[in-house]
Amino acid sequence: MYSQGLTDAKGSEEPQELLDAFQKKIDAEIKIEPRDWMPEAYRKTLIRQMSQHAHSEIVGQLPEGNWITRAPTLKRKMILLAKVQDEAGHGLYIYSATETLGVSREQLTTELLTGQAKYSSIFNYPTTSWADIGAIGWLVDGAAIMNQVPLCRASYGPYARSMVRICKEESFHQRQGYEIMTVLARGSEAQKIMAQKALNRFWWPSLMMFGPSDKDSKHSEQSMKWKIKRFSNDDLRQKFIDATVPQAEHLGLTIPDPELKWNDDKQGYDHGEINWDEFMNVIKGHGPCNHQRMQARIKAHEEGAWVRDAVEVYQANQQKIKEEAA
Amino acid sequence: MEAEYLYHYFLRLADTSLTMSQRLAEWCGHGPYLEEDVALTNISLDIMGHANLFYQLAVEISETDVSVDDLAFLRDVDGFRNPLLTELPRGDFAYTMVKQYFVDSYSLLLYRALSESCYQPLADVAKKALTEVQYHHERSHEWLKRLCMSTEEAQQKMQKALDELWFYTSELFESDEGMIYLQKQGIAADMESIREQWHSMVESHLIQCQLILPESGWVATGGLQGEHSEHLGYMLAEMQFLQRAYPGCDW
Repeated sequence: MYSQGLTDAKGSEEPQELLDAFQKKIDAEIKIEPRDWMPEAYRKTLIRQMSQHAHSEIVGQLPEGNWITRAPTLKRKMILLAKVQDEAGHGLYIYSATETLGVSREQLTTELLTGQAKYSSIFNYPTTSWADIGAIGWLVDGAAIMNQVPLCRASYGPYARSMVRICKEESFHQRQGYEIMTVLARGSEAQKIMAQKALNRFWWPSLMMFGPSDKDSKHSEQSMKWKIKRFSNDDLRQKFIDATVPQAEHLGLTIPDPELKWNDDKQGYDHGEINWDEFMNVIKGHGPCNHQRMQARIKAHEEGAWVRDAVEVYQANQQKIKEEAA
Repeated sequence: MEAEYLYHYFLRLADTSLTMSQRLAEWCGHGPYLEEDVALTNISLDIMGHANLFYQLAVEISETDVSVDDLAFLRDVDGFRNPLLTELPRGDFAYTMVKQYFVDSYSLLLYRALSESCYQPLADVAKKALTEVQYHHERSHEWLKRLCMSTEEAQQKMQKALDELWFYTSELFESDEGMIYLQKQGIAADMESIREQWHSMVESHLIQCQLILPESGWVATGGLQGEHSEHLGYMLAEMQFLQRAYPGCDW
């Protein structure tokens, strides 16, 4: 008995018994581990999703790193340094977790640098003021937490476990972002304006982080069945809005959506339509900073080539010395 | 008199760490490996922590109502007392690593000596910093070896970095009247002794790495008197931007 439509990389069909047993494990909430059999499409979906996540952490260093050298106090500078370092560390864990699926980090990096792989659209927006660092922590990390907390229960073991650790750190990041916003919102008139403008710039792109609306989301259904995804894009987005609006009110800031209104029936906020053309544009590489971000990563990669070569040669030399001594 | 000497000495220590850390932070997101992105920001953070602690010592001894951030963000170039070496632009990875190795070696010896200071708050900070610097030193020492004993390209880049940076190192060991006074009191480190130890340690390692020490050239000086290179002004313009553009705010 063979499956319908699910084929492995070589195009051969996968035995239905294996597929059934696999789904049964998933339904029973048993984690899939690297050595377990898995459908090729599951493996591919995970590689795509996990590497996108890792790439986002790496590219995400750039907009925040942009303010490390200009952070306003030593304390803020130290916190931001620690935070950006955490993000790079998240990239490392997730690349490592992705490697358990049989793909190398080099391969994934090449896909990023050649534009084949995607990363979160949010990092293609510029950070033009210090308040943007607050807004990123508060909104962007806040949205990331909404997305990632359910991933702690993802069916693939290494992904779920890396996410547990990441979520703990993200929650700290979110609080520090909100704290930056709190200080600005209670500060001078100029600081309040700075905070409001950052919210204006980052609100809509943050909502876009949850991905296309459910009716247009092409990967959702299968991912839900595989328990790589637990909630729909629109559900998570709604949850984020409902959590964030009172926080903005507490800060005395205005969400830049005139249609935003509490809906008693659904016990949640109604909101204006997201500009999906802008979203698609950024995804396709035409956002304000897509080119700049990729250029920065390519430059770092090219300028680091001699260092990586040197390390390889040094290690080979050391190995030779060891062998000769033995 | 002693308080003023101490204040200036703490600024020397703090400014050196702050400028070093600020340059390292520029690597964020631009390292040759992801592991290096993490390591460089991590070390930058450690060193920023040292700067913060040294500024706190200065604040405690100061007679005016000054804060750590006032010292970092509201002094101009001529108030900074770091050696010129630490304010130099980050350059390429070879340049960064040679500079890091020089400064890590210096900090290792200096903090080891200061751990014995009879001024207890300083000894406490030095002891804390030392545990981190030992690790930094081990790392930059390893990188030097790795880069020098590998490809011809790497060896050439390292030699070039050494040629450019070597004449900035003697300034690390300069003392002024206040430092000599504090040394006699058992508070500050004996810079002549640090100089000797540093040369014996660093030179033997450089030779082991098959690098050639440059023979003579212009020698940097002036940091202790607030006389700097042109680079520091730009570093401060960037670092102090928010505090200057929005004076008197909380952040």
